[in-house]
Amino acid sequence: MIRIGPEPLDIAALVAAVGSPSHGAICTFLGTTRETSPGDERPVEALDYEAYVELARTDFEAIAAEARERFGPLRIAIAHRTGRVALGEASVAVAVGSPHRGAAFDACEFAIDTLKARAPIWKRETYRDGGTAWIANTPS
Amino acid sequence: MALRVLAFARLRELLGFGERALDVGDAATLDDVWTSLTAASPEAARMRASTRFARNGVVVDGSTRVADGDEIALLPPVGGG
Repeated sequence: MIRIGPEPLDIAALVAAVGSPSHGAICTFLGTTRETSPGDERPVEALDYEAYVELARTDFEAIAAEARERFGPLRIAIAHRTGRVALGEASVAVAVGSPHRGAAFDACEFAIDTLKARAPIWKRETYRDGGTAWIANTPS
Repeated sequence: MALRVLAFARLRELLGFGERALDVGDAATLDDVWTSLTAASPEAARMRASTRFARNGVVVDGSTRVADGDEIALLPPVGGG
């Protein structure tokens, strides 16, 4: 399951999408919005995400396929919000269902790291002082 | 040749469009498209090294030639997650 859009993330739906009677593990990751960026102490008032939706969808599907190549048979769901996301809410979610937990953890980490490195999604912070900045990801 | 160009995030703000039509000459490359679009914005032009291009939904390098009807996207450094 791939979801990219403004609606709040439905974690239960993601988990349900990766479940299988042949699996013994589901690993989930939620990325939540934070009130400061590393190296910048200005308090953040709001975050807005922008996506090149068509390419991001293709990329999420490619990430899922790459994870299956690396970590074996698994089911992956990836969701990312667009537009305004309130502080403390989840902006991204990954769920991986797998026969065993090791592959689920590994694939979940691979998926979020790869998404952050290359998926065509951008984040703008708006500060309480009224300033704004586009924040680029750094290697994890 | 008529292209549709998409710009995102900081580049969208600097270039003043999220989507626009652009006419370019035959044999134009993505680097030519970039040069044309950023001629009026030195700040945008300085982002070349960190900007990726997508042509019809596939990330390609600047030497790639464009074709009539292409959708070109300018992708500044990403910040998803």
